[in-house]
Amino acid sequence: MSDALAAHAGGHSGSHAHHPAQQHHFDTLTQQHEAATLGMWLFLITEVMFFGGLFLAYMLYRVWYPEAWSEASLELDVVLGGVNTVVLIGSSLTMALAVRAAQTGLRRATVSWLLLTMALGLTFLVIKYFEYAEKFEHHHVPGPNFAFEGPHAGPAEIYFSLYFLMTGLHATHMLIGFVLLSVIAWMAHKGRFSREWSTPVEMSGLYWHFVDIVWIFLFPLLYLVDRAHHFA
Amino acid sequence: MAGHVSPKSTYYAIFAALMVLTAVTVAVAFVPLGSFNFPVAIGIAITKATLVILFFMHAKYSSRLTKLFVGTAFFFLIILLGLSLTDYMSRGLKTYPGGAAGAGYGVRTPTPSRAPASGTSSEEGAGH
Repeated sequence: MSDALAAHAGGHSGSHAHHPAQQHHFDTLTQQHEAATLGMWLFLITEVMFFGGLFLAYMLYRVWYPEAWSEASLELDVVLGGVNTVVLIGSSLTMALAVRAAQTGLRRATVSWLLLTMALGLTFLVIKYFEYAEKFEHHHVPGPNFAFEGPHAGPAEIYFSLYFLMTGLHATHMLIGFVLLSVIAWMAHKGRFSREWSTPVEMSGLYWHFVDIVWIFLFPLLYLVDRAHHFA
Repeated sequence: MAGHVSPKSTYYAIFAALMVLTAVTVAVAFVPLGSFNFPVAIGIAITKATLVILFFMHAKYSSRLTKLFVGTAFFFLIILLGLSLTDYMSRGLKTYPGGAAGAGYGVRTPTPSRAPASGTSSEEGAGH
């Protein structure tokens, strides 16, 4: 590390040596870390509002068409949704452990936990694929081929529009997260992170956990809340 | 200098708590509680999200400025959901004669019959 410091310091006219990851407009790595954390949370605030609009649409239509919501949500598979919840929360655990490994300077462990996180993310998407395929088979995809038995076909189509929009946007975030983690895993493999500097791993972790939180709300809202009426 | 390092046991404990809460929310979904099914499900989801934010996302160990940012996200979300829903869900509460009751329906007041004043009225027409 001292070699890197020396080499970098040599590139300056002045003689201020610092960690190679530290950018010049920051005084210290700690300050840079704090700025990165704030910036990441600011981005996540916009993401909360992005998904928030869809949750609002869901809430309004649910209030307007409670019967259609109740019937349409029965069409979702609680087992697959539940398994996916366990898989995704599990991936949050492995992500947290990847961040911890990076923070403590364990290069191999960081890469392993990141790869495990990506594998769990991929498992989630594969299960989601089978769920989507089943919706296509049953003509529950909104559009000209949409079909729903009973008197609530119209509002049920709105339910499935929101289902595909919300889970689709969530799955898109998962894909982006997968690509992000593959880059981070590669960087970790190359030994770019250390005890002093593991901020990119931490920031990717914040993003991954955020995507997990979105699912924590999507699962009960889409799969669970309107189910009990059928057992009353 | 990296962020806070939690012991592994913390992460495993939080994961276990999240699994228990997931099992509870699935189980409760099959118990008819009437209008309480929804608040129970949302309450459990908020609890799970809080655990993830505090421990997995290290918000508990962040600087006060970062905590303020985290709170801001939910402040704006509450404005978005709260103000919009109080509007839509209260629209059927009071209807004027001729209006349609029921959540989501706009209040229709009788069309005001304010034809333009013909001739002179006492207030404005009588001039000097």
